[in-house]
Parts: sequence; structure tokens; C-alpha cells
Amino acid sequence: MSLLEKFFAGDVQALSSLITEVESRSDGCQAIVAAIYPRTGRACKLGITGPPGAGKSSLVDRFAGELAAESRRVGIIAVDPTSPFSGGAFLGDRVRMRSLAGNENVYIRSMASRGAQGGLSVATFDACLVLDAFGKDWIIMETVGVGQIELDVAQHADTVVVALSPESGDSIQASKAGLMEIGDVFVVNKADREGATNLVTQLNMTLEVRRKNEPWSYPVLATVATTGQGVAELGQAVRRHREFLGRHDRLAVRRKTQLKSQLRKILEDRIRATVSRRFHSDPDWDKLADRVYLKQETPYGAADRILAAWRS
Amino acid sequence: MERKIRVVLAKPGLDGHDRGLKVVATAMRDAGFEVIYLGLRQTPAMIAEAAIQEDADAIGLSILSGAHMTLFPRTRQLLAEKGAEHILLFGGGIIPKEDMGDLAKAGVGRLFGPGTPTAEIIAYLKQAVPGRRKEAPVV
Repeated sequence: MSLLEKFFAGDVQALSSLITEVESRSDGCQAIVAAIYPRTGRACKLGITGPPGAGKSSLVDRFAGELAAESRRVGIIAVDPTSPFSGGAFLGDRVRMRSLAGNENVYIRSMASRGAQGGLSVATFDACLVLDAFGKDWIIMETVGVGQIELDVAQHADTVVVALSPESGDSIQASKAGLMEIGDVFVVNKADREGATNLVTQLNMTLEVRRKNEPWSYPVLATVATTGQGVAELGQAVRRHREFLGRHDRLAVRRKTQLKSQLRKILEDRIRATVSRRFHSDPDWDKLADRVYLKQETPYGAADRILAAWRS
Repeated sequence: MERKIRVVLAKPGLDGHDRGLKVVATAMRDAGFEVIYLGLRQTPAMIAEAAIQEDADAIGLSILSGAHMTLFPRTRQLLAEKGAEHILLFGGGIIPKEDMGDLAKAGVGRLFGPGTPTAEIIAYLKQAVPGRRKEAPVV
């Protein structure tokens, strides 16, 4: 049996293998997406992001547990950074998702960011498609919100939860990281610690403008993931956002935006790959470099020539 | 993007000494592996499930409690039951020589004792992992 046949028969190992295929951008990647694409679009996609140590994995552990208890099938993609020095990664999100072990409604997959410029984002999007086609009701993507890639991934989601803790700095830090613009629901986790109330107030103040201009309430919730305090309210807020999207076609608008940016990333990946291949193998580029060296051409002029040659 | 070696590392059972395993995890990350770290007090069922979901190439167990004759074969058995024989099971800890032979017969890979240079473990995986996977065609 082929991987796809096994996948459609509900084989978890085939699901895992297909995620590996799309993650490593293998040759089979495009065929996989083509085969599963008609069966996608049903799952609710939740993104959770925020600085390291805010308690994202612990929140996911609790929230996914709640969903699973209601017989919802949950797929989790937990992204941790790849070491820029070795290309390896230490993926530790499962440590905080202990309560989900053995839960047959929950599938957890750790992904390394692999340092690719758009690559992770494209791969994560495809991994979501795979989980969606497998029949997951909810897909939760957890990322470390410290870079552009992570922000991109969060934007694959229908609903984005930004998790902060009193230790992660004030709302200015969150704004600098780009987190205030991407969140639909905000969480101050570790709310039993000093400074939590203050951070909630700051976030509420920062969000006032967005609240005035948009019909969504951008709630700020206080949680303690380790005890479960506030997690039910977080669940309600996420569902409320889901219902909000359901009204007036907002979900369709969001999904189209996601797809358009996925299209853009696929194109960027391909163009980058082409440029990189030509760079190493195209003798014309060496000739152009010679011309630039001899001041017969500027670097910009040379780039224009290459682009003109592609267009024709 | 090339395929990375993915290794699940865990401490099954009740011993709480995870320092060695963390050193090994760091060495593997530095060797370019993707390490899925499960941490302490894992059961064989939790480990097998995680390895399958993570599409791991190998599982490394650290056992210092003396329960190795139970935990290694049980994990191996669960992998077999789930049709994941291709996942290499290896480990480390305090494991007497006379038990090592029996574990090898039970399908367990290399077992590394205290003081093993991490490079030896890395070299072992680089040699043992490729070719184990029996991949079905995609389509």
C-alpha cells in the first residue's frame, strides 16, 4: 500500500511519514498536497505564540486536553528553533504536554524551524493540510514568537493566541516583537506572579485602538496553566472568536489571505531556489560578474539583464 | 531540504537523574540531529507513541534504575505491535555486561555506559540509522 492509501485508511504512521515528506520538502510533496487538498478546510486552526517561557506548551496541554475530552480530534504542531550553528534542534515541547500522552484524540508533532527563510512556514502550512485531511477537528500550532518566521506561522491560523507572562517584559516588548498586531486573544499566563495585573492593564490599554476600529473585542485573559486557572475562559474566548469569524464570511476572508500568503511563499521559495541554482551553475552569471568587475556594468544593471532574460 | 536524523530521548521509569541524557541531547543537537526530548518518568507506551507521532528514526533511553530488563524489551515490543520495527532502540545507563547480550538478542541496539564520549554515540547513529526505514511509495 502506498503512504497515501494508508493515510486515507487512518494509519497514524502514514500520517507521520507524510508530515516528514512535506517538512523535508521532498519530491513527493506536491503530489501529497494534490491528493489531500480536496479534503482540507474543515479544521479550526489555532496559533499560539509568545516569548520563550511564557507557558505556551502548558496552555496547549490544558486546552487540547479540554477539546479531547469533548471528543474533538486535535493535532498539535509544536515548533522550536533550529540551532543556527549546527542545524540541529532540541525540541522540548512534549515535556510540558505530558497530560496528553496516551490520549488517542491527540496527535503531537514537534517541528524544528530549520532556519529556512520561508521554508518552515510553507512546510508548516502543508503539515496543517495533512492533519486537516486526516480528520483533525482542531489544529494547534505553537511557535516561539521571536522572529519573522514564527509570526508568519501564526498567521496561518484562523485564531491567534498571544501568550505572555509577567517575566516576558511589558507591553512595549510585546509590541516590538510584533505580537500585539497578530493576536486575536491575549493571555497573561503565570498570573499568580507579581506584575500580572499590571501587564493585563497595559495590554488592555494597548489594545484599545484596535478594539475601537474593529468589531472584535481582543480579550485579555489571566491564566495559570499549571493549575488550569483561566484555561476554561481561554477556551471560551477562542470559541467566541471562531463564532465571530463564522459570521459575515470573515473566516473565508481570513482563509483567502492565508492562501494568498502561502502562494507568495511558494513562489519566493521557488525563485530563491532558481537564483541559488543559477548562481552556482550559470556561466552567463560569471560573465556578467566579469563585466561588473571591469566597470562595464553596475551590479543593478547586471541584475536587470538577468531579470529581462527570465521574462522573455 | 535534506532529511534530518530525528531521535526521541527519554528517561523511562522512576529514576530522576537526567543530567547524562541532557548532555547527550545537546551533543546530538550540535551534531545536526533533531532531538525530541521527552524528559522524566516516561512509560514505554508514552515513548512508543511519541516516536511514531514524531516519525523518529531512533529512540534513546537512559536507565539508571536497574529496570532495563523490563523497560527496553517492553518498548521494543510496543514498537513491534504498532508496526514500527524500523525505529532503532538504543540506550545508556548502568547496564551490566551480562544483560547487554540478552537485550541485544531482544532487538535492542547499542547500550552506552558511563563515560562514553558523545562522539561515539553520534557516530553510531549516523551509521545505524540510514537504511533502516522501509519507506512505502508516497502515491
